[in-house]
Formats: sequence, C-alpha cells, structure tokens
Amino acid sequence: MSADEMDIGRRRFLTATTAVIGGIGAACAAFPFLASWAPSVKARALGAPVDVDISKIELGQKITVAWRGQPIFIVHRTPQELDSLALVTNELRDPLSKESVQPKYADNVYRSIKPDLLVLIGICTHLGCVPLYKPEVGSVQPGWEGGFFCPCHGSKYDMAGRVYKDVPAPLNLVVPPYQYLNETVLRIGDDTPPGAA
Amino acid sequence: MQILNPLLNWIDARFPLTTLWNEHLAKYYAPKNFNFWYYFGSLALFVLANQIITGIWLTMSYTPNAEGAFDSIEYIMREVPWGWLLRYLHSTGASFFFIVIYLHMFRGVLYGSYKKPRELIWLVGMLIFLCLMAEAFFGYLLPWGNMSFWGAQVITSLFGAIPFVGDALVEWIRGDYNVTGITLNRFFALHVIAVPLIFVGLVIAHIMALHEVGSNNPDGIEIKAMKDEQGIPLDGIPFHPYYTVKDLMGLAAFLILFCAVIFFIPDMGGLFLEHPNFSPADPLKTPPHIAPAWYMTPYYAILRAIPNKLAGVLALALSIAVWFFLPWLDRSPVKSIRYRGWLYKTALFVFVISFLLLGYLGLSPTSPALVLITRIAATLYFLFFLLMPIYTTLDKVKPVPTRVSGS
Repeated sequence: MSADEMDIGRRRFLTATTAVIGGIGAACAAFPFLASWAPSVKARALGAPVDVDISKIELGQKITVAWRGQPIFIVHRTPQELDSLALVTNELRDPLSKESVQPKYADNVYRSIKPDLLVLIGICTHLGCVPLYKPEVGSVQPGWEGGFFCPCHGSKYDMAGRVYKDVPAPLNLVVPPYQYLNETVLRIGDDTPPGAA
Repeated sequence: MQILNPLLNWIDARFPLTTLWNEHLAKYYAPKNFNFWYYFGSLALFVLANQIITGIWLTMSYTPNAEGAFDSIEYIMREVPWGWLLRYLHSTGASFFFIVIYLHMFRGVLYGSYKKPRELIWLVGMLIFLCLMAEAFFGYLLPWGNMSFWGAQVITSLFGAIPFVGDALVEWIRGDYNVTGITLNRFFALHVIAVPLIFVGLVIAHIMALHEVGSNNPDGIEIKAMKDEQGIPLDGIPFHPYYTVKDLMGLAAFLILFCAVIFFIPDMGGLFLEHPNFSPADPLKTPPHIAPAWYMTPYYAILRAIPNKLAGVLALALSIAVWFFLPWLDRSPVKSIRYRGWLYKTALFVFVISFLLLGYLGLSPTSPALVLITRIAATLYFLFFLLMPIYTTLDKVKPVPTRVSGS
C-alpha cells in the first residue's frame, strides 16, 4: 500500500481506541491524587465518637464539647424553656424541622431524645459561625424567649435550635447522631447500640 | 473544531499560541532517524512532572521539622489515603530521574550532541544536572531517617575542606553547630521552592536552545544543510504527530517498568530507599555502613579514593565540573560514534566501565584492595576527559554522508 492510499478508517480506529485506553489510564492515575484528599486514618480517628458525662450539667446550664473539631452544645433545658417552644412557633421558618437535619429519634417537638437534654452541632447554618447561648428572656430583643443568637450575621434560633424567620440562616441547627449509653453518659457521633456494629 | 476557530484567532491576536505550537511541535522538524536513545528527553520531562506533582501532594502531609518529620513520613505511608503510592512515586521517581538523565546524557556523548552548534544546550543541561543533584541531596534529608542525617552530615562537611573559611561555611550552611532541625527547615525550603524554580527555568531554556538550533541525530548530520523548496529539511519530520506518538509509545514502556518497581520493589532492596533510613535520625550513632544514594556513588568513590581531605573534595568537584568542558575537549571533526574510529570507541568503552565500576565501588565498604581498584577507575575516568583533545585529534574518522541513514 503506498502513501497515497492511506487506510483512513484504520487510522481513525487506532487513534480513537488508543485515546480511550490512554484516557482510562490517565483517569485511573488521577484517582489516588484525588482520593488522597479524603480524611486520613488520623483524621478519622480524631473524628471518633465522644462520650460525655451529663450528670454534672445543672438545670439551665449549657456545656460545649468538641466532636470532629466542631462545637457540640449540650443544654439542660428548664420546664419553662420547654414551654417556650410552643410560644414562638409562628415566628419560625421551619417549626416542624421538615427541611432541617436531625436523626429520626430527634425528629420531634423538642428535637431531642429526652425532652430536657438538647444536643446540637453549634454551627450556624448560614456561614458556619458559632452562635451565642442566650437563655435569658428578653436578652436579644424584646419578647425574646431564650435561644441562640449568631454574632456574625444576626441569625436567631429558639431553645430547640429552630431558626427564626427574617434572618439569613436557612435551616435549624443540626442535631448530631447521639445516644445514651446509660443514665449519665451520652455518646456523641454514634447512634448504633454498643455491640450492634 | 470549527466553532473553536474564532476563539483561537482571538487568543492568537493576544498571545502567540499557534506560533508556539508550531515552533515547538507541529512545525518543529526533527531528524527522521531518531532511535531508542531519543526517548529519554521527553521521559525526563515526564519524570520531572511526576516529581513536581507528587512532591506537591507530599508537602500536604509532611511536617518540615526535626520533631515531626520522621513521624509524618510514617503518617503518609500508613494513614494518608494513597500516601504510600504518592511517596513511592516520588522516591522511586528520584532514582528513575537519574536513570533517565544518565541515559539522556549518554545519548549526547554517543552522538556528539554537545558539539558545535549545541554547546549551550549541553551547558544548560549540565546546570540542570547540578540542580538535579542538589534537589536529590536536599530531598534526601527530609525523611529525617538516620541515613538522611548522616548523608547530610557528610556532604555538608565536604565544604569544611575549603581552606580558611571551611568551618565557618559549614556552620553557615547548616545554620547550627551540627545538622539539626534548622538545617532540615532550610533544606525543605530549598527542595520545594528554590531549586524547582531554577530547575524548571533551566528546562525551558534547554528546550528553547534545542529548538533554536535543531535536534542532533544518530548520524550527527545537520539536517538543516539539505532543505526542500519550502525550506523544510529533507530529512526532517514534524515533531507532532511523528515523535509525540513515538514518545508516547516509549512512555508506555517506561511506565510498565516504573510501576513494576513502585508496586513490587519500591526500595530496590535498599538501593532506592536505604535500610538505615527506616529508623529516625540519631546524631549520636552513625549507621555501620554509610553510602550515598546510588546515583551519587561514582563521585563519592572518587572522593574516598584520595587520602587527603582537600584533594578528595577537589577531585569530587572536578569529576562533575569536567563534564562542562566536553564540547571543547572533543576535537573530532565528526559528531556521531558511527563515524568515529577505534580510538574514541575504546576510550568511551573504558570510560563507561570505569564509571559503572566507580558507582559499584562507592556503594561498597572500603578495603585496601578496593581502594586500589577505585584509584585505577578514577584515573581512567579523568583520563577520558583529559586525553580527549589528543585521541579525538588522532582518531581516524569515517566520511560522514550528507543524508541520514535510511534515506
């Protein structure tokens, strides 16, 4: 076959198949580089569940513990604070937490397993600041029933971490997975019963 | 493609994109008789890219201080997803960089690619080689293993041989009274920023100089001497697609070999990653047998063979510096080994043997008999260069054809 009667079809086939195989190879080679950015074993170990002793939390007190480098709010709510939840329902963006993120067992009116103990990820759903705990009535504005106030852009949440209307934050504060190991120990970050996994 | 033409025109009016593409690929006419030896230029580029990319990824998890460096390497190996692969790509890549560069340089010697008018390509290439050695040396300290430490200790001590200022210079280089975390810190900065910047700049200069003059070939014939009516060399073919495809083929073969080493024998039995480096740096305990990485051993053997500190260091420096003078030491009227006589062929053969022997001897523990052999090999190494003006002048060369073989 001389140069004039080049087999164009054969050439196209070879070029295409080579390009496809080479492309697959390049994609496979790129995979470890991309996958390498996922949390390392160390980061995952540091992200392990944390156990918290809740027996010392006074009524009305809030403590903050770190889980995966995030602040976790644990609030021992008073009966008055629990009652205040019903008072503010009309002012809330998502009062029934339909759009918001919480485990099934916290998908109730108190957004918690036991009504008095609230567990939240203390990160504003707007842009990630840590909201301030403002339990005192009237402390943020007249008619304030207690809750959380984000100092960055003024987002407001009630005593169940539900977001108010007319603030930048779109969703209620997130409830992390958690469980009671016994009466006094709370495990944050893991809700599979011990021994079940 | 039709849709992209306006975009290309828009760019070309503002940036010489098409011009660059043509000058360096589509209308860069390379001799049509490139053989196996011509793979190693583009392979060197590939290995450089591999070192830069894996290096960037390693810095993401590496800790450049004496307290954390060794542990962070183990962290990369055990805990970072695919960290072991990234590190082996980098450490094995370093050894393969030298393999590729040594073969690339040997090609230049075989076919006289350093001779007029390509002296500058050779000189820039030698500067790249110096950069590569500096880069390898700085990088070698970073794992902060015991071989890292003592390697840096020995190499920095070399500067102590310089009269009067030696000791002060060593202290200045180390930034401390010994090799310490301070040395590690600055070597890290040099390894990841300073040297790579110079390295890449030199590589660009190397390629620009090459494309200005045009590539040599296994026949050592200037293809630009014979052109057609359009001014295209008769023995030239456009680099793209002819040599891009050929080089991709070579790359595929190279990758098979490279990956086989990475996946099955990444430490090469202690040659690519030395065993003492799997324990942390210990300033109080020298490893029982200390040798530099294999790619430095020929020069290290020369250093060891001379029973005087200053003379040894000078010989080491000269053994590398002498390469720079190659274009002017070679007086032969022909470039390629194909048209040279038996004198040059013998000299080159003896040189290759003595270079490999020095490399082997530099890895071995010393003994009186080996010292004698090292001295003989070192003498032959230098004689290849020092006698070159004589034997290339006397050598009986064959007539060089006007067109490359196979035309």
